[in-house]
Amino acid sequence: MAHVVAACSTCRPFTGGTTQFEVEAPNVRRLIAELDRRYPGFGDHITRRMAIAIDGEIHQDADAAPLAPDSEVYLIPRIGGG
Amino acid sequence: MSDFLDRSEATLDLKVVGTRPVRPDGADKVTGRATFGADFAMPGMLVGKIKRSPHAHAAIVSIDTRKARALAGVKAVVTAADFPDLASEAYEAGEGAANLRDLSLNCMARGKALYDGHAVAAVAATSSVIADAALDMIEVTYEVLAHVIDVEDAMAPDAPLLHAHLFTEGLEAKPDKPSNIAQRNRLTRGDLEAGFAMADVVLEARYTTAAVHQGYIEPHACVAAFGADGQCQVWSSSQGQFMVRTYCAKLLGLESSDIRVTPAEIGGGFGGKTTVYLEPVALALSRLAGAPVKMVMSREEVFRATGPTSGAVIEVKLGARADGTLVAADVVLKYQAGAFPGSPVGAGSMTALACYDVPNFRVTGFDVVTNSPKVAAYRAPGAPIAAFGIESAIDELALKLGMDPLALRMKNAVRDGVKAAYGPTFRNIGYVETLEAIQNHPHYTAPLEPGQGRGVAVGFWFNIGGESTAAVNVGEDGTAVVVTGNPDIGGSRAAMAMMAAEVLGLPIEKVRPIVADTAAIGFSMLTGGSRTTFATGMAVTQAAQKIVVDLKRRAAQIWEVGADQVDWIDGAAVCLDASKTHPDLTLAALAARSARTGGPIGAQVSLTAQGAGPGFAAHICDVEVDRETGHVTILRYTAAQDVGRAIHPAYVEGQIQGGVAQGIGWALNEEYIFDRDGRMENAGFLDYRMPVASDLPMIEPILIEVANPRHPFGAKGVGEAPIVPPLAAVANAVRAAIGVRMTGLPLSPPKIRAAIDAR
Repeated sequence: MAHVVAACSTCRPFTGGTTQFEVEAPNVRRLIAELDRRYPGFGDHITRRMAIAIDGEIHQDADAAPLAPDSEVYLIPRIGGG
Repeated sequence: MSDFLDRSEATLDLKVVGTRPVRPDGADKVTGRATFGADFAMPGMLVGKIKRSPHAHAAIVSIDTRKARALAGVKAVVTAADFPDLASEAYEAGEGAANLRDLSLNCMARGKALYDGHAVAAVAATSSVIADAALDMIEVTYEVLAHVIDVEDAMAPDAPLLHAHLFTEGLEAKPDKPSNIAQRNRLTRGDLEAGFAMADVVLEARYTTAAVHQGYIEPHACVAAFGADGQCQVWSSSQGQFMVRTYCAKLLGLESSDIRVTPAEIGGGFGGKTTVYLEPVALALSRLAGAPVKMVMSREEVFRATGPTSGAVIEVKLGARADGTLVAADVVLKYQAGAFPGSPVGAGSMTALACYDVPNFRVTGFDVVTNSPKVAAYRAPGAPIAAFGIESAIDELALKLGMDPLALRMKNAVRDGVKAAYGPTFRNIGYVETLEAIQNHPHYTAPLEPGQGRGVAVGFWFNIGGESTAAVNVGEDGTAVVVTGNPDIGGSRAAMAMMAAEVLGLPIEKVRPIVADTAAIGFSMLTGGSRTTFATGMAVTQAAQKIVVDLKRRAAQIWEVGADQVDWIDGAAVCLDASKTHPDLTLAALAARSARTGGPIGAQVSLTAQGAGPGFAAHICDVEVDRETGHVTILRYTAAQDVGRAIHPAYVEGQIQGGVAQGIGWALNEEYIFDRDGRMENAGFLDYRMPVASDLPMIEPILIEVANPRHPFGAKGVGEAPIVPPLAAVANAVRAAIGVRMTGLPLSPPKIRAAIDAR
């Protein structure tokens, strides 16, 4: 199962303060769907406002990105630039 | 000259990538032929101008435009009433999600003016003189309100409120009353209290930075034509024609397919042209007038009404063992957002400790609205501000510990496998190599004279990927055109052409890059976040690779062999079938026969690029301080950076030198100065002092090439990391020169004199 960390304070209102989750999902789309099932509305928040770091590599808008059973997944705020 | 350190696993046999060809836009720019936003003109074009609030905070009681409308030559007048009253909605189009209501209100105030310079009305007239006269005839009745600009004043419970509907996000419980604090974010790890209990040395300090502008040479400019059939065209200078299209459509209630945006040549952006100010207004005026409208900001308008970056307060508490091991860090960042929420404090929080492996920390960020222009992105948004605090504190900690400041940084440096302070585990980073390059550079041990000082600082930026489209089309003579949707703000056209040439096996002179309008190429995110060479370059490379596959198929068809019997070497198809004796078929030869082998040769690729590698920078700065005047002279500056692989090294060096130059200005001179009524007092380059060439030594870049495995040529973004360290590198050098720690930017001569006098 992927180990998911959502340390950003904007996630806490959705998760009731929980910041770490174990999720079985083959890809990002299914991961978001599972988190939304557990915490309604969280999926939309992730889709709109979060980037997803999988094993150290930051992904944005990457629904098809695969997850390994032992993947480390961090939800972090979306990043722009100048 | 640059030093190179190649740590890539694979040694590619590259013929074009890594060379320094003449830039494709160079001749146009040096001969004046390049068409910038203000250069475009159409028959029957009107002049558009904006009336701006003279108050920092005021209720708009009424706007009477009747006299202006009656003036001969005035063809249109608009106010907020001519724009849809949008609901609050976050929409992804520019640099992350923008709130469409805030964006609309920033283009044209509705009910309230929130800063000096806020647009309240606009006119289109047959001449500039008539437009100015019409602006004077618009009668706006204001009820002046108390204003607040300082970030900590704005956070006070009794501060004048900018928005009655704004409640702080990110708190454990929703607050029961509105505030100017739009959001509080927090990153934590470990046990902060236990960490500080382990510390042998604890350092606490408070730092401040002033709001500074991106300072692009070219003011915002556009021409908009709203057709009678509802089809619109916009020509403008921006960092993203698709961003302009989307925002104009949303702000005016139009379909995006009804708006065609053509990117003008751009005279600098640095993040400041990742949003719209003029384009929706020009379209609204053009719709009313039935004629094209041109709008060009003055420099004063650029300062008063477009995004600077935040002024800020940075509070830092560091704990370390006697051997220099960092054990705890507590950081508070308070950033001005300007009139609407959205300061870069989130990125500031994530980057603050990104260079350090600290087991226990807490970073708290506050996004605070103030009666000043809405901030816009500025190179590595938020990171230089945080780094000024952290890197100054690390320098002070090194002094307390009696350690070499680079050795202290090396001891606590993040490496592959270390969890970044913002969460994920670092992979394929070149930070230690960057530090080593600085440590081993002769500059670091060069002797200094009395009155001179040396400072070092480091910096980090994420870099991003995102959506890009690119097309490569081969002409009948075997030359190629590369088409992308990204304005070229830092040399991306050259890089695009070089990557295509490398794959196709063409000399660079045979590949011409262009930046297309929104109707001629598929969607691309704007040029920003140091993404274009990485992400759009990936699309270009893949498009060229598709063409090579097609060319091999065509050659196989001509030779009547299997496609697996054809290779592509140095720009020609080579037959691998030993039983055949065909001469090689060059790209030109295949292009000449394209009609008989399947038609025109070309390919387009659209993708969302993932895996942008982060950038790290380490800088050394030498200064001399005139103790009589307080003037600081930058004597020598060396900047090392992990750049992945430099596609066009001269452009990469230019990015580093440009970032350093802007950082030096931020450190020494630049600041927004407001009078007691909240009006900007220095809205011009005479009084807002940016560094010019004569203020700076030759900045020596060192390119550290730790290849990014997710890019076909190993590229990482390079445009942002170089502006992160200079603020602290300069301040640390000044500390070494005068023996006094300066904690507030800019380090202007009066402040330095006062600090010396107060010793």
